[in-house]
Amino acid sequence: MLRLEPRAQPSQLMSYASPLLAIVLMLIGGLILFSALGKDPVEGFRIFFISPLSDIYGVGELFLKATPLMLIAIGLAVGFRANIWNIGAEGQYIMGGVAGSAVALYFYESEGPHILFLMIVAGSVGGMLWASIPAFLKTRFNTNEILVSLMLVYVAQLAVSWLVHGPMMDPDGFNFPQSRMFEESAILPILIKGTRLNAAFLFALSALVVGYIFMYRSFLGFQMQVAGNAKNAARYAGFSAKRMVWIGLLSGGGMAGIAGISEVAGPMGQITEHISSNYGFAAIIVAFVARLNPIGIFFASLLMALLYLGGEQAQQYMNLPSSISNVFQGMLLMFLLGSDVFINYRLTWKRG
Amino acid sequence: MVIENKLVKKLATTTLIVLASLFSATSMAAQDITIGFVYVSPIGDAGWTYQHDLGRLEMEKNTGVTTKYVENVPEGPDAERVIREMAKRGDKVIFATSFGYMNPMLKVSKQFPDTAFVHATGYKMGKNMGLYNARFYEGRYLTGVIAGEVTKSNVLGYVAAFPIPEVLQGINAFIQGARSVNPKAELRVIWVNSWFDPGKERQASMTLMSQGADVITHHTDSTAVVQAAEERGKYAFGYHSDMSKYGSTAHLTAATHHWGNYYTKVVKAAIAGNWKPENVWGGYKEGMIKLAPLNPSLPAELRNRIASMEKQLTAGTLHPFAGPVVDQDGKIRVVAGETMSDGDLSGMDYYVEGVVSKL
Repeated sequence: MLRLEPRAQPSQLMSYASPLLAIVLMLIGGLILFSALGKDPVEGFRIFFISPLSDIYGVGELFLKATPLMLIAIGLAVGFRANIWNIGAEGQYIMGGVAGSAVALYFYESEGPHILFLMIVAGSVGGMLWASIPAFLKTRFNTNEILVSLMLVYVAQLAVSWLVHGPMMDPDGFNFPQSRMFEESAILPILIKGTRLNAAFLFALSALVVGYIFMYRSFLGFQMQVAGNAKNAARYAGFSAKRMVWIGLLSGGGMAGIAGISEVAGPMGQITEHISSNYGFAAIIVAFVARLNPIGIFFASLLMALLYLGGEQAQQYMNLPSSISNVFQGMLLMFLLGSDVFINYRLTWKRG
Repeated sequence: MVIENKLVKKLATTTLIVLASLFSATSMAAQDITIGFVYVSPIGDAGWTYQHDLGRLEMEKNTGVTTKYVENVPEGPDAERVIREMAKRGDKVIFATSFGYMNPMLKVSKQFPDTAFVHATGYKMGKNMGLYNARFYEGRYLTGVIAGEVTKSNVLGYVAAFPIPEVLQGINAFIQGARSVNPKAELRVIWVNSWFDPGKERQASMTLMSQGADVITHHTDSTAVVQAAEERGKYAFGYHSDMSKYGSTAHLTAATHHWGNYYTKVVKAAIAGNWKPENVWGGYKEGMIKLAPLNPSLPAELRNRIASMEKQLTAGTLHPFAGPVVDQDGKIRVVAGETMSDGDLSGMDYYVEGVVSKL
């Protein structure tokens, strides 16, 4: 009979193969799902995974949607590698958007490249400040950063709601809860004409490169990895645990903040209550599917973005309900967790 | 004779076939026309989006066109892509049914000058983008009159989402109606800061009823308020849709929305090639607002009175904000003999007299 047997060593091969296996299983699950819903599975596959990319605009949308995921996921990965669990990137994303918007609205009706620059700086500082709350509480009072950062998401949502109903509300907007539309000088430049893909994508690519260097080529990155794998060894080697908490949370917060302001200064062009599209939470899935690896994050973000776009297409052309995207995301995560069993276990065949 | 008869029959059938093929040819053409709808939430079985979807189906039946919709579209950057996709595939008219689609739709409308864009509840128009909204407050006023009559405690309750003008119009019209028949009536409002949160809506209803409210209503999207009232043996009004199946005793009536006529008109105009962007704010007169069937337990006299007030609203002789309108702080907003202008209505940011909560 078949049985699971613990491996002597976790399998390196399986740790990379398991996300791919999960993707394949998700695709097979999708085909079964389409047939069960009475749709032609091949047609479903084409609409879900191919047709979103049928023109340059679609490709631009894919990268646009993946940009905030890449930014947040790489920031989170730095902390996750050291077992620092920042679950509140969503809140840090919102506060980054808020801080950057404050700059944009302050400079309303003025010109100059300094505006965008200051907005991005403010965005990352806003995200870092929000992340510094769980960092401070953890290093000072040893609170649980998972809970604190998660709870602060709701505080951030209420804060942005209050701001757009109050100080940031468009004075000519009939009391609707949203800011003015930003001026041209506060909007990120478009990279490819005819698409919405903007300079934030370049930030994301640079962040992946910097993240790679930090994680694999720097001493600090090494320290954080050791702390994640063997806490006591790190302490014995004299690595400062507090410093790692700060770096882990601030990198996540800073990158989430940049993602937030990039969304506001990019496709939105104003701040509203709907600034968050759950990127902060989706990025956690991305980071794990990617095994906390920058190259993996690049591809996992694209895959995640494709699932969003495909879900929209499936609604428009196949009359499937909007939850189809969530079903695919759920399958991906479930199959990943399932496949991960084989990193530490292997299947063996034993007679009798 | 027999031969003649046969000939007539033959002629008749040929004509019929020709006619039929003509008709089917035109309906084929109509079928090829697609119309897109963008919904902010899942359609569900009651509420804002549900009513828009009823309108879509009615329009589809009236015009023979093909309609397509995307539900649960977030009011952010994603909306622009969804609207653009509809325009790109050649939809003749695109309806976006929530406020947050305004700026994305305006952007897309500039890229597709031959498509008709129509946006609900906003305030920006374009060369090929029109607006529509309904005078929800007219229905609210009537429910207020009923509330004023049936309340024993003289305390009314209102669960509301966000303090934007449209919601404040509804709250104020409700208490104006109640106090027109019962000057002792007062209204308590709880904001839940969400359009759809059954848990919070239920909690707010319970709080209101604990504070003495015996008639409650809501400007949110779920049926939780009606259900809560049913549970506690109090009265409630539904909103958007007839919600009587969620509380047959509690549900007195509901201020309901009807978009089918308007959608039919717009689509027919677009097919005929004479659609122009307009700013439509329709009420009883346009058939956009109606009351759901009144609860049979209401006295006949009141039912008749409501029916005649409905006629007055349709005729335009009754206005929920006819002066004098005094706000909560005693400031006169409309003097006696005048009615509130549409401009003042769309900028409403205060409570009228009778609301005891503070903004």
